[in-house]
Amino acid sequence: MTISAAPAVRPAPDPKPSAPRPRRAKGGGTGGSRWVAVAFAAPLLAYLLAFYAYPLIRSIDLSIHDYNVRAFVQGNAEFVGLKNYIDVISSPLFGQAAWNTVVFVFGSLIFQYVLGLALAVFFRGNFRLSGILRALFLVPWLLPLIVSGSAWAWMLNSDNGIVNSFLHAFGIGQINWLTSPDTSMLAVIIANIWLGIPFNLVILYSGLQNISGDLYEAAALDGAGPWRQFWSITFPLLRPVSAITLLLGLVYTLKVVDIIWIMTSGGPANSTTTLAIWSYREAFGTGQPDLSPAAAVGNILIVIALIFGFIYLRMQRRQEQS
Amino acid sequence: MTARRPWWKTALGVVFTALMLFPVYWMVNVSFTKTADLRLSPPHLFPLDPTLDGYAEVVRQQLPNLGTSLLIGLGTVALTVVIAAPAAYAISLLNLRGGRTLNFVLLVAQMIPGVVMAMGFYAIYVRLGMLNSVWGLILADSTVAVPFGVLLFTAFMSGLPRELLQAARIDGANAWRTFTSVVMPLSRNSAITVALFAFLWAWSDFVFASTLARNSALKPVTLGIYSYIGNNTTQWNAIMATAVVASIPAAILLVVAQRYVAAGVTAGAVKD
Repeated sequence: MTISAAPAVRPAPDPKPSAPRPRRAKGGGTGGSRWVAVAFAAPLLAYLLAFYAYPLIRSIDLSIHDYNVRAFVQGNAEFVGLKNYIDVISSPLFGQAAWNTVVFVFGSLIFQYVLGLALAVFFRGNFRLSGILRALFLVPWLLPLIVSGSAWAWMLNSDNGIVNSFLHAFGIGQINWLTSPDTSMLAVIIANIWLGIPFNLVILYSGLQNISGDLYEAAALDGAGPWRQFWSITFPLLRPVSAITLLLGLVYTLKVVDIIWIMTSGGPANSTTTLAIWSYREAFGTGQPDLSPAAAVGNILIVIALIFGFIYLRMQRRQEQS
Repeated sequence: MTARRPWWKTALGVVFTALMLFPVYWMVNVSFTKTADLRLSPPHLFPLDPTLDGYAEVVRQQLPNLGTSLLIGLGTVALTVVIAAPAAYAISLLNLRGGRTLNFVLLVAQMIPGVVMAMGFYAIYVRLGMLNSVWGLILADSTVAVPFGVLLFTAFMSGLPRELLQAARIDGANAWRTFTSVVMPLSRNSAITVALFAFLWAWSDFVFASTLARNSALKPVTLGIYSYIGNNTTQWNAIMATAVVASIPAAILLVVAQRYVAAGVTAGAVKD
């Protein structure tokens, strides 16, 4: 369980203050200890206000005004209420971007989860080198996304990519992975599955560690084979961990920009434009930053992410109580 | 638990790992390929005739960018630890009122899409003239690491034996003294973990760099790679060489931090 610990902390399902903290209102503190605590937390509170709350307020502010470049610098943008939101939602691109987001998120999640779970089960029985191999599986997750993105882009290059060259050996003709609207989504999903496997593997593997080995022994005595054991023990008992893995994966996948932008920039013909990519492109992808609609799309995305985020937190809490 | 350790599982594991790491191998392979051989079909599977041209390009063009990334990474680490550690101390050991709420806020903060944060920062930085500055990027990058840092420190510090703190108090140490000479030294491994991840995320950042430092004279290396790709260059060996160099911190983290991370977590696990 050596380095599996590393990633387990990243999505922050674990690092909660351990259990209910002992309330030691009396006795624990000396006279002004409440203010001492506030003093120690003050930098964080100031930080959260300045670098979380304020940027978020600014992004709401952008979305309800009409900021063009000049207004941006002078700060006298016209108030337009919900017009940006209405424009965005009624734009023909909205349906496509929403659908692309669904395809990208679920396409990625299903395969990340299935492959991650299969690998977690595979690594469960310790064997020689299993620790090192499991550590190596983390590599995709630790690499900068620009690195993985450009590596995949070159591998999937139509003319000179290793993938097409490999497929050619099997008599499959050239596939324009990144330049054809038919395959571009598949291409970015493949890359994203590769990126997400380590996270799923680590969380599911640590979930497997909590299933008692006795259960498997009893099942084996009753004559259940590995397949039966998986469906009757592993999968049902892993359900809470699975739900949490998938929900957290969902929240993280919704906001993915880097990998898609690096590989396709949302194209060709918007075939890989998700909501996050759309927002990014409106704001920063062209020479003319169009921040107001971009902020509107971004804020819609926040709402979606937070809905699933709250479901995740509820589930996490319920699981801690049980 | 099988007493026998079947060799075929190891063999299969090696195959899986090799498949998984193929893109990484391919990146290294391409980085050593001669420019003339890049368009070969089929490509060479092994760098039998390696060249360092790609790496020479890195030295010629990317050194300042690597330096910028290093600076941003270190700045983010410092800012993150300075903000996160005292707050975690307040939440876990000083019974800060509203500590649970604060934890909840931090969990939610981690779910906010980076694009939206980037827009907010952009709007603010335009006014303040902080676009294209190293400081601006350090502040923005730290927003990824600070919530994580507080949560990790809090989890660890809640496991510290209270007797130790009481002993310090009896010896006349005030809260600050206890923090600097008892709590922080004990939290060394957590601090290293937080620092390593903060560094890695700042080093890897693309979204903030590409939005807040687009026209910067001091570019982080992620932007260096991106502008290579954007220029439709034919020198994929140079791009991949830069990518290999940009992956070094991840490699170091994997090799070195494994120990610290494990130590931090086991230390936290043996509380009570």
